[in-house]
Amino acid sequence: MLLINCPYCGEREQEEFSCGGEAHIERPKNPPDLNDDQWADYLFLRQNIKGLQYERWNHSFGCRQWFNVARNTATDEILAVYKMGEKPPVVESNDPITPCGEPAIGSGNFSTSKKS
Amino acid sequence: MIKSPKKYSVFSLVKNAFSYHENWQPAWKNPEIKKEYEAIIVGGGGHGLTTAFYLAKNHGVKNIAVVEKGWIGGGNTGRNTTIIRSNYLWDQSAAIYDHALKLWEGMSQELNYNVMFSQRGVMNVAHNLHDVRELKRRWHANRLNGVDCEWLDTKEVKKFCPVINTSPNIRYPVMGATLQRRAGTARHDAVAWGYARGADSMGVDIIQNCEVTGININNGNVTGIETTRGTINSKKIGVVSAGHSSVIAKMAGIKLPLESRPLQALVSEPVKPVIDTVVMSNTIHAYVSQSDKGELVIGAGTDGYNSYSQRGGFNIVEDTIMAIVELFPLFSRMKMLRHWGGIVDICPDASPIISKTHINGLYFNCGWGTGGFKATPGSGWVFAHTIANDQPHALNAPFSINRFSSGELVDEHGAAAVAH
Ligand SMILES: Cc1cc2nc3c(=O)[nH]c(=O)nc-3n(C[C@H](O)[C@H](O)[C@H](O)COP(=O)(O)OP(=O)(O)OC[C@H]3O[C@@H](n4cnc5c(N)ncnc54)[C@H](O)[C@@H]3O)c2cc1C
Ligand SMILES: [Zn+2]
Repeated sequence: MLLINCPYCGEREQEEFSCGGEAHIERPKNPPDLNDDQWADYLFLRQNIKGLQYERWNHSFGCRQWFNVARNTATDEILAVYKMGEKPPVVESNDPITPCGEPAIGSGNFSTSKKS
Repeated sequence: MIKSPKKYSVFSLVKNAFSYHENWQPAWKNPEIKKEYEAIIVGGGGHGLTTAFYLAKNHGVKNIAVVEKGWIGGGNTGRNTTIIRSNYLWDQSAAIYDHALKLWEGMSQELNYNVMFSQRGVMNVAHNLHDVRELKRRWHANRLNGVDCEWLDTKEVKKFCPVINTSPNIRYPVMGATLQRRAGTARHDAVAWGYARGADSMGVDIIQNCEVTGININNGNVTGIETTRGTINSKKIGVVSAGHSSVIAKMAGIKLPLESRPLQALVSEPVKPVIDTVVMSNTIHAYVSQSDKGELVIGAGTDGYNSYSQRGGFNIVEDTIMAIVELFPLFSRMKMLRHWGGIVDICPDASPIISKTHINGLYFNCGWGTGGFKATPGSGWVFAHTIANDQPHALNAPFSINRFSSGELVDEHGAAAVAH
């Protein structure tokens, strides 16, 4: 289980949160002009990254605010928490050595946010 | 020349007993990697191995490699709770899963390998009025599709599975269940090993400890793969890598509608036979059966976030155990022995993708998510057809990747007993 640092409430157990999936997907500005493939891309296609991923979380059983998290999906390390509307921060992560392989530190549940 | 392996029989068992079982031949070879193959299958899980097996057997493709980053069956094939059934709601799903179920029925004979397929029945339990309506709808849909299914009321449920708690006073009382008698379980490792041995005997090269790191494409045609053990050429590449499908698709510049999430299972200490069927509940999310060793095999839900770490959250296990203990109070003091996770590739409509891509010679079979073990033989059967003919089989045509553009989804979420 993850320990997530809500920017409004502080560290809480992941059970209080829901994950809203990939962050920074913008709703198309010109919906009527989109063709079916572009709609599919917006609605269904996802990067589903192994390694550093930017994603949205909601503190659904707490303050109910949305925010963004940078997390390494290969190790489950949470690398940064930032507010909606902010640019994704540049963070260092232990990405897998080969695309489908393990990161140097191995995988596992790193339940605390990385404190520098 | 293809050398067929020694046939397993009661005689070979006796013969080997005299030499203390020290002279059994390996079930498959450890071949040198060739420069080029007619077809390469990426992923040595059940689906990859059946694909290679049926490519060789049904389509006469001679020169095939299965490339696996770890060991055969080390992915979800060896991590699932082995529930096999075909009582899906929609026509397209019922057709493909029932085709698979029929292959299960002849599998041990076909492979000369005991996969311990046991048609002990699967019960899907209803706990409220909505469940009753949904399950009855599915029961009728199944019958229209020629899939065996029955409706049991509470008393009949108790009779079929005496250890279930049918008290009306529990939080989610048992209000009935559907029963598919042809459904059941099988030994998952044996499925991987049996198909590996079968494929190997037809000349398929099974290459383990070899991770695919790139896909080579020239002018819209696939030409081969890059691996941790060098380049391998082929004009046909079938990717069957479950949780890692998105990562491999990205190597070819393809984006898939998948999310990879941990799904957990656990087994208890072994006890005497106590439950001789499979009980599943969607509403309280629990499913349980008993292995031939006597362990309770319990499946949990997926975590609510993407991860490739092969471990899930403890809260998910806790929820599942709460549900199991309410339905089966007599299990409350049993000890759980082992617990693990697998990474499942979930599609937005909870149906698989078995499809060509816009790159010639590159095919994907993925998105089986939490419930693809039951489809193992059928999935390989239709995927082999798709690769051999560059055309989908009638059974997998509805499961093309194009459905996410056309909107023709096969929405099995909730419709067909959510998980497994
Ligand atoms: C806990 C759990 C319980 C489940 N319970 C059920 C159930 O009761 N009933 C049911 O029907 N289904 C169930 N499932 C789902 C089922 O296990 C899967 O849908 C099915 O096994 C998928 O088979 P596969 O062969 O595609 O995948 P896998 O067996 O995962 O095979 C994919 C293979 O690809 C390999 N691979 C990945 N990347 C690369 C690469 N770059 N290069 C080379 N190889 C690579 C992997 O190592 C892996 O061996 C369950 C799953 C889990 C995790
Ligand atoms: Zn909060």
